[in-house]
Amino acid sequence: MKDTDIKRLLYTHLLCIFSIILSIFIPSFFLENFSILETHLTWLCICSVFVTAVNLVLYLVVKPNASSKRSSLSYKVTRFLKCCIYFLMSCFFFHVIFVLYGAPLIELVLETFLFAVILSTFTTVPCLCLLGPNIKAWLRVFSRNGVTSIWENSLQITTISSFIGTWLGAFPIPLDWERPWQVWPISCTLGATFGYVAGLVISPLWIYWNRKQLTYKNN
Amino acid sequence: MRLGSGTFAACCVVIEVLGVALFLRGFFPTPVRSSSRTEHQAEPPAPEPSAGASSNWTKLPPPLFRKVVIMLIDGLRDDFVFGSKGVKFMPYTTYLVEKGASHSFVAEAKLPTVTMPRIKALMTGSLPGFIDVVRNLNSPALLEDNVITQAKAAGKRIIFYGDETWVKLFPRHFVEYDGTTSFFVSDYTEVDDNVTRHLDKVLKRGDWDVLILHYLGLDHIGHVSGPSSPLIGHKLREMDSILMKIHTSLLSEERETLVPNLLVLCGDHGMSETGGHGASSVEELNTALILISSAFERKPGDIRRPKHVQQTDLAATLAIGLGLPIPGNSVGSLLFPTVEGRPVREQLRFLHLNAVQLSKLLQENVPSYTKEPGFEQFKMSERLHGNWIRLYLEENNSEVLFNLGAKVRRQYLDALRTLSLSLSRQVAQYDIYSMLVGTVMVLEVLALLLLSIPQALSSKAELEVPLWSPVFSLLFYLMFLVLSALHVIVCTSAESSCYFCGLSWLTAGGVMALISALLCAVVCALAKMFADGKFLSKNPAHPKARWSELDVLILLGTMGHVLSLGASSFIEEEHQTWYFLINTLCLALCHETYRNCFLRDDCEPQQCSHVEEGFVSTAPALRDRSIRCNMLEPHRVSKGPTSLDTLRGHEKWMVLASPWVILTCCRLLRSLNQTGVQWAHRPDLGHWLTSSDHKAELSVLAALSLIVIFALVQRRCSLTSKVAMALGLLGVYCYRAAIGNVLFPWQRDSKDISKGVIEARFVHVFVLGILFTGTKDLLKSQIIAADFTSKTVGLWEIYSGLVLLAALLFRPHNLPVLVFSLFIQTIMTKFIWKPLRHDAAEITIMHYWFGQAFFYFQGNSNNIATVDVSAGFVGLDTYMEVPAMFLTAFATFAGPVLWASHLVSFLSSETSSGSALGHACFCYALICSFPVSAYIILVTSLRYHLFIWSVFSPKLLYEGMHILITAAICAFFTAMDQTNTKS
Repeated sequence: MKDTDIKRLLYTHLLCIFSIILSIFIPSFFLENFSILETHLTWLCICSVFVTAVNLVLYLVVKPNASSKRSSLSYKVTRFLKCCIYFLMSCFFFHVIFVLYGAPLIELVLETFLFAVILSTFTTVPCLCLLGPNIKAWLRVFSRNGVTSIWENSLQITTISSFIGTWLGAFPIPLDWERPWQVWPISCTLGATFGYVAGLVISPLWIYWNRKQLTYKNN
Repeated sequence: MRLGSGTFAACCVVIEVLGVALFLRGFFPTPVRSSSRTEHQAEPPAPEPSAGASSNWTKLPPPLFRKVVIMLIDGLRDDFVFGSKGVKFMPYTTYLVEKGASHSFVAEAKLPTVTMPRIKALMTGSLPGFIDVVRNLNSPALLEDNVITQAKAAGKRIIFYGDETWVKLFPRHFVEYDGTTSFFVSDYTEVDDNVTRHLDKVLKRGDWDVLILHYLGLDHIGHVSGPSSPLIGHKLREMDSILMKIHTSLLSEERETLVPNLLVLCGDHGMSETGGHGASSVEELNTALILISSAFERKPGDIRRPKHVQQTDLAATLAIGLGLPIPGNSVGSLLFPTVEGRPVREQLRFLHLNAVQLSKLLQENVPSYTKEPGFEQFKMSERLHGNWIRLYLEENNSEVLFNLGAKVRRQYLDALRTLSLSLSRQVAQYDIYSMLVGTVMVLEVLALLLLSIPQALSSKAELEVPLWSPVFSLLFYLMFLVLSALHVIVCTSAESSCYFCGLSWLTAGGVMALISALLCAVVCALAKMFADGKFLSKNPAHPKARWSELDVLILLGTMGHVLSLGASSFIEEEHQTWYFLINTLCLALCHETYRNCFLRDDCEPQQCSHVEEGFVSTAPALRDRSIRCNMLEPHRVSKGPTSLDTLRGHEKWMVLASPWVILTCCRLLRSLNQTGVQWAHRPDLGHWLTSSDHKAELSVLAALSLIVIFALVQRRCSLTSKVAMALGLLGVYCYRAAIGNVLFPWQRDSKDISKGVIEARFVHVFVLGILFTGTKDLLKSQIIAADFTSKTVGLWEIYSGLVLLAALLFRPHNLPVLVFSLFIQTIMTKFIWKPLRHDAAEITIMHYWFGQAFFYFQGNSNNIATVDVSAGFVGLDTYMEVPAMFLTAFATFAGPVLWASHLVSFLSSETSSGSALGHACFCYALICSFPVSAYIILVTSLRYHLFIWSVFSPKLLYEGMHILITAAICAFFTAMDQTNTKS
């Protein structure tokens, strides 16, 4: 039971990584002059769309948490709308945090916002898929010892590693190497992406490694 | 001997200060010098080389110019003359540059771009060491060989008007002088009028040979309002008219005497985009240098673009121009265009003299000088020169002679360039031995501090310092003997000068004893730790406490900051590191508050206990785990549920909102002063406010800030100090109005600008009064036991006295920094530290981080140029060294000092545990000494880095100053701790 779960987790994560890789290579067939650094904003949009789509599909196919009993259409629609609002709110929330961290307030608004969008894609979208629009559940998952399944555990790891990636991504900005990827917000988005990918890779491995020690109350 | 951890830490920091001082002395080298300074003057000038034939030119060539006027304008950047500003405001100079009889150059100054070293460079042609910045304010007489001394020796009469520094550098050199002091930065008219008023009289007289004028006004304007201020234009126009006056007078005199005169217009250093100087931006390095003389007549179509030369080249040129020997330490090469009009034989003679002097300097400073390319070139050109002389004396074919002459000249110029380059590159030797001794001291202290963490942070806050046992141990004596032997060996064998060897034997022996004692103490502590570790590992009953996220963040942040010091960009942009860290700290605090608020209410009991455990174990990052558990258990458990539960509704909301409020404040402060290098040119609020168009806004802001400061500070003061505070803050505003920074509502324009001495002294009196009241309360609390409130009030009063002093010294646009600092402290105290019950160590480190961030919020950076020197002259009539230095240091380090004093008053107002102050002092000492020690090692390993002078050395000076201030703070802590234990 547990091993199969971990296997499913691994496959879903591999799919997510695959979607990011696709978002790098597919657009170059359709768009001219596409490259991550030069047309960074386009890539941000495409990557965000890809990752969201894959997450949604996986959510519908794999159904990691038992679906709720009430599944009327209106309930689903309100739930979906709520998710959208949560997503937007998280984008704005991240934008505000970036500005507080020192991102320019007036210039480069679009860049900052798209950065917020991609970070939300890496963190909020999986949370929404897995936990639904439920702040209490989020807080539970992200506090110590609040995890109740390997899915939540992996969610915790990927989200935190995305954040750490973003945080570390800011470090090259003051260096005087004059590289194109040091421009705001490229290094941060790349950091977020690397962090997300690293989280996707690490979490199944970590769970597999610690499968003996991990006991969840609901299982 | 048992010591409180506070006392122990203070002692450690004091020893560390000694170590750092020794290191600094060794690190800042004495520059390249010619050893034969005294005998040089007696030496006959090198005769003309003359392969075989005998030349009659063995004496120094006669002077080229009859009179020389040097007009030095402080801070004259190259684009003030050659750029659009020059065209607009200096029409006469522009005419001379473009069409007149002149040669113009862009002279590149070397670091440090501060007046005194630059004057030395101009007059000696040598490169003063970095340490000259520190000695900038008390310049001793210049003993090196220089143009002025040579001119005096040659019987020239020199007149000087301008910056007093010259008079100090060249005492008894001038037949007539009038020095003006440069310390009142806000005065930019009188300093120059003091120079100009003598001009008419002097120009009419003919009894002088050299006239030196040093105008300070331009630099003062730069300091006060930046290079784009409209005042710059006025000043340049004034300078232009003075130049015209001098030039016309010189020309009219020439008509009578028919011997050309020389007028030199130069700057000592440039001016950065913010108006300061001292660093290495292009604007600060490039200065204008124009040589004007009727000897430089040119044909109509002759366009002379300003060439890039070195500032040091001027000394050699002046010496040649005045017919003097070139200063022995000069690394500059003759500005060749000045002698271009002379016959070829004279040209070659000048070049030869210069080359001989440079090669001599090279021989004295480079052991393997024969391999230097410049030296080989010089030998070759000397040979060619000899051939040319022989041909010339034999009166050979003029065309052959001309071609050969041109070749020799080219050879000489190449040789000069190479020689000058390789000499300037000769970085003076570091005094490695002193550096090593200093480093060893600092590292031993750090090791001792680290090893005593578990003991020092235990609930008793006391530790056993093995003071006597090492002194009687064999190890100590062995170490002492070995070190002394090493000292003797090193000092007797060293060729280069060494400061530590120059100390008396007793002092050196004392240092050696200290080092060996420290080593023994470290070994003792290590052995003890091993024993304890074995003991503890035997009983595994202690649960392994987990570190909270905050601890991890604090540990990683400290580590990351220390590591970042290895990269020059991170030093330049260190403010970014601190802003980043305190933002992350706020977010971590935010996370902690939210978890505590929301999860406590409705989680399952089991999880609750988990959270509780996580929360209870919030302990300082650097603490040893196993020991921590058993020592924290007793007084942690007694606290019971955190006080978040007890908070009422709106207070809970305030707790939740407070991290966001702090984050917003920090963001606002960040846009107040742009510092660093990469983004320093960005527009910021500070510049907007200080520009002369926004005086009204600045006044409103300053007034508001002062009111808020009063509101925030007064609540815990006694009545007397409340009144004193109010009057003092009023005085601050009056002072700013008096010196013309802000306006009173009834005052339309500020015509009458004074130095504001009376107002500033008025405030100083209140500062002293408040500090005195605070001290009195403290003493009272010490005498009357259990008088707890008066102690709290006393500490707060001392704190508010410092706030008042900071308010006086800060520029008016920086007053919001003070306001926000007070505001954040209030919020943190009320809604974060008290409800969340952080322990003393965590609170200390947070204070330290915020203090560092506020250091940069003030507009400081790791660059000498951002030090606000004008703060040192608030309330002083004349320059007094000690108060000026104290005030400048306080104004610069106001952020860290204010946060540290807030820490003292906060911790002693919290009665919870008596050991808090000791813990705090220990943590403060540790967290301050960690970066210093790491940085010393980093700098030693990076000492040949390209940016060592421009980036790493200023930072080293800042770190040295910081550790000194930390020592003072720790002493204050310890004093408070002592009163605590007594009462």
